Amino acid sequence: MKVAVLRFPGTNCEFDTQYAFDKLGHTTELVWHEEEKLPESIDLVVVPGGFSYGDYLRSGSIARFSPVMKAVKAYAEEGGRVLGICNGFQILTEAGMLPGALKRNNNLHFISKYQNLCVINNDNAFLNRCDKGEVLNIPIAHADGNYYIDDEGFQALEANGQILLRYSDAEGNPVVVNGSVTSIAGVCNASKNVYGLMPHPERALEALLGSEDGVRMLKGFES
Amino acid sequence: MTAIVNVFLKEGVLDPQGKAAHHALESLGFGDVEDVRIGKQIVIKLNTDDKVKAEAEVKEMCETLLANTVIEDYTIEIA
Repeated sequence: MKVAVLRFPGTNCEFDTQYAFDKLGHTTELVWHEEEKLPESIDLVVVPGGFSYGDYLRSGSIARFSPVMKAVKAYAEEGGRVLGICNGFQILTEAGMLPGALKRNNNLHFISKYQNLCVINNDNAFLNRCDKGEVLNIPIAHADGNYYIDDEGFQALEANGQILLRYSDAEGNPVVVNGSVTSIAGVCNASKNVYGLMPHPERALEALLGSEDGVRMLKGFES
Repeated sequence: MTAIVNVFLKEGVLDPQGKAAHHALESLGFGDVEDVRIGKQIVIKLNTDDKVKAEAEVKEMCETLLANTVIEDYTIEIA
């Protein structure tokens, strides 16, 4: 698999993301935000975490106007797979490629810890190696992860199976972490080729370091 | 010409910063505070004297960048 990892001024998870996919045996290429084209014959675009453009105005609001985002949009419209992690999720919602928006955490804190997540839907390329209802342990690190969507939008998410993950306890019951609507931690678009989540699967690759649950998530894209 | 744009979270969208400031004001003894909303003000200097054109342009700026209309409302004053 060939993975394009985007890089904006202020991105800081691009090397972790690269390391993760390299470790899984894939080839990766960093793509600077000023590029107007994505590399040839790629299988996945990852918009990694960080603080693109210093989170000025709103997290992700400036990055979405970068030249490379036009190419990413076109790639997704042709069915290409795009994964946004943390700031990448914020960028994809700001770009209108994913529904909803991410607001400041309801406790106003930057939350950085391991967090249990319950798999809500697995009929997609991202989570097909996980079981529905399974609990994964993945680190979160964000200040603006409070997912908001209006009632109508929420009904559509539920009806189409677009809710990927919810913050949960060890048994899979939803818990309030940052104020997200129904504890949503990740969603995908209606055609299920664009994915966004606040947790960092690329930081959960080694049991020794706390969790290796991220491996199965990222490996999902191999099928 | 100057445009003043105010951006606030929509009614019904919880404003955690406003809520925190509200609690702080209460604990300082300001008992009459009913609600606090925190937003941002963006001041834009425009190189035009055409008020109608300026308003249309600033509205487009708000829709495309300055506000995220999924969660925010905005007002425009042209002076």
